[in-house]
Amino acid sequence: MIKKVRPHPTQNEPLLFEISSPGKMGYQLPDLDVPSLDPIAALGAENTRSEIEDFPEVSEVDAIRHFTRLSTWNYAIDLGLYPLGSCSMKYNPRVNEAVARTDGLAWIHPYQPDSRSQGAMEITATLEAALAEITGMDAVTLQPAAGAQGEFTGLLLVRAWLQSLGNARRRVLVPDSAHGTNPATVHMAGYEVAHIASNARGMVDTAALERMVDQDVAALMLTNPNTVGVFEEQIGDIARILHAKDALLYMDGANMNALVGIARPGDFGVDVMHLNLHKTFSTPHGGGGPGSGPVAVKKFLEPFLPLPRLKRTDDGWRWDYDRPQSIGRVRAFYGNFGVLVRALAYIMAHGGDGLKRATLDALLNANYLRKLLEGCYEIAYDAPSMHECVFTDRRQAARGAPTGAIAKRLIDYGFHPYTVSFPLIVHGALMIEPTETESKLELDLFAEAMIDIANEIENDPKLVLKAPHSTRIAKVDEVAAARRPILKWRPPT
Amino acid sequence: MLDTLGLARLENLYAHLPKEVLLDRPLNLPRGKSEYEIIDYFRARGAGNAAGYANFLGAGVYRHYRPVLVDTVISRGEFLTSYTPYQAEISQGTLTAIFEFQTMICQLTGMDVANASMYDGSSAVPEAALMAMRATGRGRVLVARSVHPEYREVLRTYRVEAEEIAYDRDSGGIDIGDLESKLDTRTAAVIVQSPNFFGIVENVKQAASLAHARGALLIVVFTEAVSLGLLEPPRDADIVAGELQSFAIAPSYGGPFAGVLACKEKHMRQLPGRLVGETKDANGNRAFCLTLSAREQHIRREKATSNICTNQALIALMATVFMAVYGKQGLRELALQNLSKAHYLGGKLHRLFSGPYFNEFAAVVGDPQQINFALGAQRIIGGLPLDRFYPELKDAMLFCCTEMTGRSDMDVVAAAVNRRD
Repeated sequence: MIKKVRPHPTQNEPLLFEISSPGKMGYQLPDLDVPSLDPIAALGAENTRSEIEDFPEVSEVDAIRHFTRLSTWNYAIDLGLYPLGSCSMKYNPRVNEAVARTDGLAWIHPYQPDSRSQGAMEITATLEAALAEITGMDAVTLQPAAGAQGEFTGLLLVRAWLQSLGNARRRVLVPDSAHGTNPATVHMAGYEVAHIASNARGMVDTAALERMVDQDVAALMLTNPNTVGVFEEQIGDIARILHAKDALLYMDGANMNALVGIARPGDFGVDVMHLNLHKTFSTPHGGGGPGSGPVAVKKFLEPFLPLPRLKRTDDGWRWDYDRPQSIGRVRAFYGNFGVLVRALAYIMAHGGDGLKRATLDALLNANYLRKLLEGCYEIAYDAPSMHECVFTDRRQAARGAPTGAIAKRLIDYGFHPYTVSFPLIVHGALMIEPTETESKLELDLFAEAMIDIANEIENDPKLVLKAPHSTRIAKVDEVAAARRPILKWRPPT
Repeated sequence: MLDTLGLARLENLYAHLPKEVLLDRPLNLPRGKSEYEIIDYFRARGAGNAAGYANFLGAGVYRHYRPVLVDTVISRGEFLTSYTPYQAEISQGTLTAIFEFQTMICQLTGMDVANASMYDGSSAVPEAALMAMRATGRGRVLVARSVHPEYREVLRTYRVEAEEIAYDRDSGGIDIGDLESKLDTRTAAVIVQSPNFFGIVENVKQAASLAHARGALLIVVFTEAVSLGLLEPPRDADIVAGELQSFAIAPSYGGPFAGVLACKEKHMRQLPGRLVGETKDANGNRAFCLTLSAREQHIRREKATSNICTNQALIALMATVFMAVYGKQGLRELALQNLSKAHYLGGKLHRLFSGPYFNEFAAVVGDPQQINFALGAQRIIGGLPLDRFYPELKDAMLFCCTEMTGRSDMDVVAAAVNRRD
């Protein structure tokens, strides 16, 4: 029985272009207080367009209804559990949104003199220090715009450091369980990818690592806890093997939500890592972004960090551009400042104790779900779970319902699916991360739904295979979309 | 819940971790604060940052009015707290809005395809350069010195081999002779910005024909999206890399903003980032989904077009709402107001360049620091001293005027500058 949801009507809504009507407008500009120019006289006819062809024209009411109607077609954390593994879909506190809109912060121009940006610089410095404490690292840059740009920054730091020793080296090791961004980043940073296989417990095979690390290896990119939700217990040995050959240990901090307050990467041999503020530190995912991907490093990498760096002087904070060993900028200005404000608000609200408690609750929720589901679904690896648990669909796929079908059926039960078919080392993975946000009530409903679906697969697999049944649109044909791409609206001919 | 797990204490949840990795003390951070204290802290940090000042800074970040509807829409939890729309059946809201975004970006830029956003304009530029290098099989680019200086720095960080093209000392546009002399068969792309960093509208057509004659692509960059309400779109470009901050995105000390990449159809499969496409559901209804993901890192891993995963979806939604609210007439009127304001002040100052300009211009002012100091006393943040990026332009400043710039403040600036002449 489906307890969490029942159907209710949602509004249909055409595209903006289809509700557009000539002359409608949703804006009002003040009267011009200077003479109005003739654009052709000012810019030349060749530089001036006569109109924006087919651009929409709608009223304010049209616009608010349009976007409100669209919004009702989305699932969101605000509606319930959103258990995407390695995404840390936790509650996004609304006080964060409020403070990011503070006039004196939202309207600061990045080229205002430093003397008139001190408040923003202090926020930045305070967050850098807090993240250094949380990670156990020595220095932090907040410039990278997202996790993948953080990875890129991190590998450029590795390259710059090795180059300063005389040889940038050729390869970066990536476990076969890694996120796709890791190998893609390695390629962008000018390195070759060498894949390293996981062992039977879902962890890095240290014997294989020992064989692979040589004078051509620049670094290992490791997610810890890894993507099967397991802490790499050999992390000390992994760091020693790398460091013995002057190779570095890069940590992908996507799963840092499992560690805050209980263990620090800087204390277990990590040289460089990135964080995802939109995961661990509660800034909203917003349908895909914005994010922020700070990079934390050990002391010896600090000279190479992107410029500018904050510097404390007698006159207050200054941006320091005199950084001869810096890798340069990875983006304009100083990072996604508005996201940084939100993350600092989250850290302030929790304090040190609160952050640790959030970690413990995240571990509790993941292990509780694992326990409830173990009877019906086969756990991928026996090793203890941290903040997420990963199952394989072997049992269900044998009855004809693979992980993707289970995910779609979960939608009928009122939940967003887990991460489907990742990591790649697990046969038909179901990767479930509940985060600390969820109550026992919500977790129990989810577990019941998963168990009901497992039973449906035993009794009536067709029901599951044709899911979802209750959404406003039925299963979407993604194959057709890719075969004949229609990537924009065209006026009817 | 602990009982279900057969555990006595929460700490037992990580008892299996090796002792040496555990933190044996509490984190050294202040204790948790209430909502009121947090708001108070950030209000205090915001108080000293020239809030309420008139501001003549542009240079890639523009002060435009943000219609109230924008925050109303993006504050809806269904948009704010959802993830990348992989599960199409419960993400049609985000997917439909992105499809509208892609369409409007194409309408504005004259391109065939636009992606669902990049981090910002500065990182869109190297991604465009890498696209061009893949498309042409050539290894280097030419980038105009009149492209935003920080964007050019990012291009270098992304390991793109780039040679710079001078700007013309009279017009402020690219030096065509310099471009012609540097273009060769190794050039994958020519990168120009229009309006450029000095606010000058570039001759995109001419740059395109020169680049194309040598088999190179033309990449056109924009930082001031409002200009597209009035300016001829860069139809002759092969790739357009832009920053949408002007579309209702607060300056916010430099981010988060939203970049975008758009291109001609034949380069579609080289685009990085998310793309939303139209399709049908099992019952024949129109539906949208993420598509052409064989370009992306989660499918292709090291063979992907880029490592980008997170983009700027919510910020792109702000821009989408902005475009809907202003619409066809509004964006034109907004652009016209910007043009008129800038030319009002430009007419009163000694402009450095003669080329056509939109809402920014460089002016010769004598001592920029001294003028900004004097303006500060009148609650005005002046222009950008250009020697910060162009050591040869010691006595010049870059001024920006938008629809939010008042005539009386412009008169104060003109008086302060002209007093020194």
